[in-house]
Amino acid sequence: MFNHLLSLLIWLPVVGAIPVLLAGSARPNMARWLALLVAVLTFAASLLLLLQYHPDAGGMQLVESYMWIPAWGVHYGLAVDGISVALILMTTFVGILVIVGAWEVIQDKPHQYMAAMLMLEGLLIGVFCATDALLFYALFEAILIPMFILIGIWGGPRRVYATLKFFIYTFFGSVFMLIALLYLYQKAGTFDMATLAALPLTMKEQTWIFFAFLIAFAIKVPMVPVHTWLPDAHVEAPTGGSVVLAAVMLKVGTYGMLRFILPITPDAGAHFAWLIIGLSLVAIVYIGYVALVQEDMKKLVAYSSVAHMGFVTLGIFIAFMLVREQGNTEMAQLGMQGALVQMISHGFVSGAMFTCIGVMYDRLHTRQIKDYGGVINVMPWFGFFYVLFAMANSGLPGTSGFVGEFMVIMASFAANPWIALFAAFTLIIGAAYTLWMVKRVLWGDITNPHVAEMKEINGRETFVLTAFAAAVLAIGIWPQPLVHLMDSSAMQLVRQLAVHKI
Amino acid sequence: MELSTSILLTIALAPLVGCVLAGFLGRFLGRAGSHTVTLLGVAISCALSFYVLYQLTLGGAVAYNHNLYTWFQIGHFHASVGFMVDRLTAMMLVVVSFVSLLVHLYTIGYMHDDPGYTRFFSYISLFTFSMFMLVMSNNFLQLFFGWEAVGLVSYLLIGFWYKKPSAIFANLKAFLVNRVGDFGFLLGIAAVVYFLGTLDYATAFSAAPSLVGKTLQITAGTHWDAATVICVLLFIGAMGKSAQVPLHVWLPDSMEGPTPISALIHAATMVTAGIFMVARMSPLFELSQSALSFIMVIGGTTALFTGLVGIVQHDIKRVIAYSTLSQLGYMVVALGVSDYSGAVFHLMTHAFFKALLFLGAGSVIIAMHHEQDMRYMGGLRKYMPITWITMWIGSLALCGVPFFSGFYSKDAIIEAAGLAHRWGAGYAYFCVLAGALVTGLYTFRLMYLTFHGKERFKVVASHGHDGHDDHGHHEPGVLAHAPKESPWVVTVPLVLLAIPSLLIGYLTVGPLLFGNWFGSAIHVNPADNVLAEMGKEFHGPLAMALHGLTPFGPFGLVLLAFAIQTYIYLFNPAMAGKIKSALKPLWTALDRKYWFDEVYFAVFARGGVKLGRGLWRAGDAALIDGAMVNGSVGMVHRVAASTRRLQSGYLYHYAFAMILGLILLLGGYWLVGQ
Repeated sequence: MFNHLLSLLIWLPVVGAIPVLLAGSARPNMARWLALLVAVLTFAASLLLLLQYHPDAGGMQLVESYMWIPAWGVHYGLAVDGISVALILMTTFVGILVIVGAWEVIQDKPHQYMAAMLMLEGLLIGVFCATDALLFYALFEAILIPMFILIGIWGGPRRVYATLKFFIYTFFGSVFMLIALLYLYQKAGTFDMATLAALPLTMKEQTWIFFAFLIAFAIKVPMVPVHTWLPDAHVEAPTGGSVVLAAVMLKVGTYGMLRFILPITPDAGAHFAWLIIGLSLVAIVYIGYVALVQEDMKKLVAYSSVAHMGFVTLGIFIAFMLVREQGNTEMAQLGMQGALVQMISHGFVSGAMFTCIGVMYDRLHTRQIKDYGGVINVMPWFGFFYVLFAMANSGLPGTSGFVGEFMVIMASFAANPWIALFAAFTLIIGAAYTLWMVKRVLWGDITNPHVAEMKEINGRETFVLTAFAAAVLAIGIWPQPLVHLMDSSAMQLVRQLAVHKI
Repeated sequence: MELSTSILLTIALAPLVGCVLAGFLGRFLGRAGSHTVTLLGVAISCALSFYVLYQLTLGGAVAYNHNLYTWFQIGHFHASVGFMVDRLTAMMLVVVSFVSLLVHLYTIGYMHDDPGYTRFFSYISLFTFSMFMLVMSNNFLQLFFGWEAVGLVSYLLIGFWYKKPSAIFANLKAFLVNRVGDFGFLLGIAAVVYFLGTLDYATAFSAAPSLVGKTLQITAGTHWDAATVICVLLFIGAMGKSAQVPLHVWLPDSMEGPTPISALIHAATMVTAGIFMVARMSPLFELSQSALSFIMVIGGTTALFTGLVGIVQHDIKRVIAYSTLSQLGYMVVALGVSDYSGAVFHLMTHAFFKALLFLGAGSVIIAMHHEQDMRYMGGLRKYMPITWITMWIGSLALCGVPFFSGFYSKDAIIEAAGLAHRWGAGYAYFCVLAGALVTGLYTFRLMYLTFHGKERFKVVASHGHDGHDDHGHHEPGVLAHAPKESPWVVTVPLVLLAIPSLLIGYLTVGPLLFGNWFGSAIHVNPADNVLAEMGKEFHGPLAMALHGLTPFGPFGLVLLAFAIQTYIYLFNPAMAGKIKSALKPLWTALDRKYWFDEVYFAVFARGGVKLGRGLWRAGDAALIDGAMVNGSVGMVHRVAASTRRLQSGYLYHYAFAMILGLILLLGGYWLVGQ
């Protein structure tokens, strides 16, 4: 069974979605419980994965490989390293929470909603363990479908615009990735990612391939200036869709960078590191200001996601700079780890923020900040969670939001103090946009009579928020287990940065 | 002998346990249960803190420095959580836990009728835990954790009465201004990591001498001294937390919070974290004369100019708040002249007498039914004698009257500033000396307006039974009952703080300032050691006080202030108005607090929002979405629309197009053939 643990992780939710779907709209509760059962089993399987994975051994583990399309040498190849394990754990964890979170919120075709969620979960897990580039590509594209459905059916009034924008934006990017993959295939004769990583390429080839991958992944992350699909998608998506989108789907973009750009085009990556670093800093500062003036809470948090993902791309490419220009592998590893921790942390923090907004939306059916004010008066327990996650979003030490940012800023300073200066600006602007929102939503006296009727969070919502809070605090108070899980893989990545291919 | 880890852990965690119990189970524990558990937690910490101090001073224990657990480890670089407890820490522990304990006790009386009673106890215990983590840290990371955690609690407590618009404005402002400081602080930590390769204090300090001669490239051709960069950046953090000009603007507004926390957080402990931090980092700061000069000038400016603002305030708490700013300026000057022990000594005496003044003011505020405007007070001494006497003790200590604790610490700072020969020392000396006069002016004004002179309030028999929940929404100067002395839970802390305000300076000045009591915790270059110079003249606390009685020195200035204010407020009240109109421009500048708030709000708050809106509209909405994304969609639309017109479906259109094509093709061939 352990030999096929990864397949189990992927197929359990995907196949599990079928009975959920079959339960039909006539038996919504059965669909819900079935979906929960599948999600819990998947989470249990991911815990098993954690036990099976040996962090100190490093390398790709739990390998599965079967010929898939013999004519092109495409394999059904799966394996994980520490980064994948961490991301899979986060995915399955969030997977349970979105099912529970949607419990009675989704009244319209709940079986389909739950099934789409489970499918999405399985496909995302697949992305994080694919070792064949074509399989990766297929899954990378496939995750668009359930998300398209989730936003398109259960979304808000402008969902058609949002889904099309989201779909075409990401699809546009993927085309470039496909071209790059085809080029690599005709050179190497395989889609095996490890082989591609070892493929020697000239600078010119690397540059073209680098930009092809970059467009695909930058849209997914999303990086400035191709981020504008995200606020629209978030605003229209149902709460669960937003949570998975922010928590897991964005990570697919940075994960792709780690798996493709870093090993395949290290020289081009190093050459253009300044560009990514520049764009990341723009994401942190410019997007921070844009987030400040948003009047829609979901848009605000969506923009703050862009800013926080800026730390991930900054951490990855600062590592390039440190290794290539200074040979400082230790600081490079710090930057890389910072990026990785930030990926996980952002999953929990943004997921929690969107859940909080969803909780309020369910009661008042508006996301406009101005419609709220004084929520703490009627929902003190909710207020506790909201402030906690807001603080995590502002990068308060003791919460997970701080750990990654801290590491990246430390590493940035070693590369260039000016980069650190702009990155550290998040301390001010991040707190400004988050806490100004908290001030207008949570604090104050009640001015809108509808707010006075808002009910305190129920047991189900408390469970979801408590789970998020536990994750946020656990990583914030003791990040070492997470760091250790990913350490050898991060080291491996940094080693790859130093490889010259020309 | 070494201190036991479990004792130190208990000190840190006992308040946290109290916080969690009161916070999450407050509903089950009830009010009494909540204050009992938090009080108990802090009492345990306080008792153990005294024990630790005893062990380190007389018990022969050596300084403790161990890691508890690894926060993260990447290669050789590690971040840990651990404790460093030497005498400097032990003194801070005692000050923090003692004041916190009294504030917990006081709160039982002060917050008696507040609906957020249990929440308040949970917060102040959380604060105590955070402050312990800050002062006990043995590394920069945990320091930053404590640093931000106390900021969080400060945010929560300033906004404790979250329905008040002014309170939730003030707490956001406080957090953001502090974040500006933390921005520098975090970069300072990054610089430490970059140059010294570690987050651990002991390792960093022992490697510190290697900084000499190192530079940081700022631009091509510009190199800054590494130690100066580190120290200035770290000090920017201190400027935020310890409210130094120009990051001082949050502290007066923090008075929106309940008075017990003004005493605990915004006077005695949290705001002195910056002072503690610089003293702790003395091995680093000693490497940069420029940074110390910078510190001294900032401190001097704060000491004098914020004190001046205190003279014109009407709100009793705000006067004390400006006084706190000014006193923090004194401590910072002391840091700047390498008189770290003096700064920490003043920190300690100030913690007692300023907490006393705040709690005294709180007692007055209870008696006045939450009226804070001194214009509606006066003559309160006969109603509340304990508050009156204890506040006089605190005031005299604050003014630095010989024999009172403040005298020993403040006079020493003024003298040290006079002896320093660093760039800017002359300015700093002038500021702290003139500050002595200013301190006297606002302090005596406060005492006279509050406790002496005519009663400026009316007692009108209560109109209905409106209870105690009248937070500010009553007619000013009209009270339902005559003011009366506060209950014992309020007065006992006042008395317990009055004792050290009176005596602690006399008892500890010898060892703390001149006895090298801090030992290796504080490092001073021999060439800059002004304290050692002063020590030659020191012949015991009695001689120092007698020497301080001379009118040709700070004490003379205090006497002058006393004479002026006594004349104005007791004998010629009309005089105040006359001076005000005679010095109109100056008075306006002080009343508007030099327009810092207005300028900051216009530039940073409004400007930031404007910038954000501009960027959003121009960048995201117009350029990216408008021109690029929807623009390309529009382009596809237009191209499609025009090409669609060609496919009209009419046969004759297609036939015509074919014939036209044929003619063009043949014509082309014909032309080529020609």
